[in-house]
Amino acid sequence: MPIELGHFALILAFAIASVAAIGGFTFWRSGERIAQFVSQAALLQFVLTAVAFVALIQAFIVSDFSLALAANNSNPVIPLLFKISGVWGNHEGSMLLWILILVGFGAMVAVFGKNLPRDLLTLVLAMQALLTAAFTGFTIFTSNPFWRLSPAPLQGSDLNPVLQDVGLAIHPPLLYVGYVGFSICFSFAIAALISGRIDGAWARWVRPWAILSWLFLTLGIAMGSYWAYYELGWGGWWFWDPVENASFMPWLAGTALLHSALVMEKRNALKVWTVFLSIITFSLSLLGTFLVRSGILTSVHTFASDPTRGLVILSLLALFIGGAFLLFALRVSSLRLGGLFAPVSREGALILNNLFLATATGAVLVGTLYPLVLDALAGVSISVGPPFFNLTFAVLMSPLLIVLPFGPLLAWKRADVVAAAQRLIAVAALAIFLAVLISALSGVTISMAPIGLLLGFWVAFGAFAELVERGRIGRIPPMDSVRRLAGLPRTTWATAIAHFGVGVTVLGIVATSAWETELVTTLNPGETTTLADYTIAFDSFGPVNGAGFTAEVGTFTVTSTDHSTRQMQAARRTYLASGSQTTEAAIQTYGFSQLYLQLGEAVNGTHVVRLWHKPYITLIWIGALFMAFAGALSLTDRRLRVGVPKRAARQTSGAA
Amino acid sequence: MMGWLRAVLVMVLCLSPMSALAISPDEVLDNPALESRARDISAEIRCLVCQNQSIDDSDADLARDLRLLVRERLVAGDSDDQVRQYLVDRYGEFVLLRPRIEPRTILLWGAAPVLLLAGLLILFFAARRAQPSRPEKLTKEEQTALNDLSRNLADPDRR
Repeated sequence: MPIELGHFALILAFAIASVAAIGGFTFWRSGERIAQFVSQAALLQFVLTAVAFVALIQAFIVSDFSLALAANNSNPVIPLLFKISGVWGNHEGSMLLWILILVGFGAMVAVFGKNLPRDLLTLVLAMQALLTAAFTGFTIFTSNPFWRLSPAPLQGSDLNPVLQDVGLAIHPPLLYVGYVGFSICFSFAIAALISGRIDGAWARWVRPWAILSWLFLTLGIAMGSYWAYYELGWGGWWFWDPVENASFMPWLAGTALLHSALVMEKRNALKVWTVFLSIITFSLSLLGTFLVRSGILTSVHTFASDPTRGLVILSLLALFIGGAFLLFALRVSSLRLGGLFAPVSREGALILNNLFLATATGAVLVGTLYPLVLDALAGVSISVGPPFFNLTFAVLMSPLLIVLPFGPLLAWKRADVVAAAQRLIAVAALAIFLAVLISALSGVTISMAPIGLLLGFWVAFGAFAELVERGRIGRIPPMDSVRRLAGLPRTTWATAIAHFGVGVTVLGIVATSAWETELVTTLNPGETTTLADYTIAFDSFGPVNGAGFTAEVGTFTVTSTDHSTRQMQAARRTYLASGSQTTEAAIQTYGFSQLYLQLGEAVNGTHVVRLWHKPYITLIWIGALFMAFAGALSLTDRRLRVGVPKRAARQTSGAA
Repeated sequence: MMGWLRAVLVMVLCLSPMSALAISPDEVLDNPALESRARDISAEIRCLVCQNQSIDDSDADLARDLRLLVRERLVAGDSDDQVRQYLVDRYGEFVLLRPRIEPRTILLWGAAPVLLLAGLLILFFAARRAQPSRPEKLTKEEQTALNDLSRNLADPDRR
């Protein structure tokens, strides 16, 4: 019964979304009444989809195997958390999660957008409703999660063992919030193109949504990277896999969007480009979510590919992306160019940022789709793998990292690059000193590592140059500096922290790529080996029973230079329900570095052990956490939060 | 050709014991220089039966066979390029994770430089177009505002 209730709620949400989309696009000029209608509809879509989602979760919790989805993706023996996260560990359920977040954002616009101009609000919510209608329709008609089985099987087949991890509970929801959040920017862009109204205020409404989505996407990607790192078991943290690229492209485009919307908000320039980026970013999100499910890309994320759905998915993608670009092409001439500025200025620096980020997005897109296209057109299959992406990406990002610290120091409209350079001399000196010192101490031969270190330190320290400048640190009494710093807008702090995070991530990538050490050896219980500064003793090996699996666990004791010891346990699991096996790597964190140990299958009583020392690898994810925190901090800035809608409300009420 | 390939595969498959890890100790060459070259090559060769993994990372049996093949060729005195060519001759361009620069991959390798160049050109012309309309048309008020602005910019303490 609850399942039918959920099914019915989803169908109702589909109907309401359809009506709201048609009504909104037809009567968007009619002011208050239609705005109220689409707002109410947005809230209803959210409530109904939430009911549908809860119905699914409930069926998974009680292991109701009359639900086909639960029978295929769950099992009574797995822990409660994995029963719940198993709801979105498959194509149908993850579609429903995607839609839930989509309507959640629509409801948020309806709640927080009370002060938006009525026609803009109506158009935005109508666009959201159109997206909801399309994707609930797709779900109901081609990927329905509510199908029943009769008779119900007594036992469910298992959730894929790789997915029985806390990563599944966190990674997809974060990533989807990021992907789907950009739909708001997309809808704002469509609304602006239809209504022809686009100015600095538009950018002010869009930017908080862009920041919110970007910060979740940042977290989602970082979480996914760490999950792959510890779960896939060969210690890699980024594989340039098509699906990773699909999540990375909206991130790159979204990062460009954040920066260009800033120019538009402050200086009323770059309007066409910002609207274009809003469309591109969500289009890439759609590509990221659905290209994977169309069955034409293969990757480690194959959980949901089904060629029969491919055609519908590609049609929907073509409809939304193609439609948006058609509208853009038709209406772009109505957008006036905004304020003028000299090439050397804050605007100029942000344009440079956009140039490199957009090029990187394009390069990743071409690299991801090239094998597909070449195969389709010429029948030749080639691989485009990490070597291509690493090279292209490093070449494109290096200039961006070099100019990054200059950006915040340049004035709007026209700036003095020499003055900015003078303020960065100390940063440059410190970065060079550290890069040379570390390279000398670690005995690096000729390689790119010192240059990478230099860039990382340059960006990380350079991020604080603006704070030093504005706090007049060293030029006025320290207490006055503290007072000045505390009084700075939070967005200034957020800029510094986000850029610092970029530098930290670069340092982590460089350090772990250049100084990783690896040991492959045979080891038996009672034997000892050494790697880097650590001594690793294989203590014991034996079977252990877990929740839904049995495991063979190897226990190791690691002694570091300071004679402290820690235990590491690496395992090979066999899952009871499916019989499939996974390896569980053991990871120990020392400071920012990690020791990574993988245990092979025992052959003739001999164990093969693979050990890595990964220096400063955690900086990669810590940097991402800094970026996400900065995003959250800038969202709390008063100017973004309260000031704007209040002022906008005053304007609209004055006009009415 | 295919018969020869099958012969090699059968031979290698029969020789290789069950292995569940990527590179295992018995594969490692005694010569560290050769081994290091083998690792570098392996990292850029695709494991044909896996999802997007290099043979260096994969624990599939075929990946192991390819690793052994790479080492065998190196020991036989092949250069890195000869080893790659050897693999391409047998498995096609698909094994190379770093596609070679050829007529059919020129668009792939050229994409980033071309995009960057196009962006720079667009910016250059946009800047030139924006330039000439500015100087003459300033009114008196605008000129005063501009002067104020320049003065503010010149003042280092301004914020």
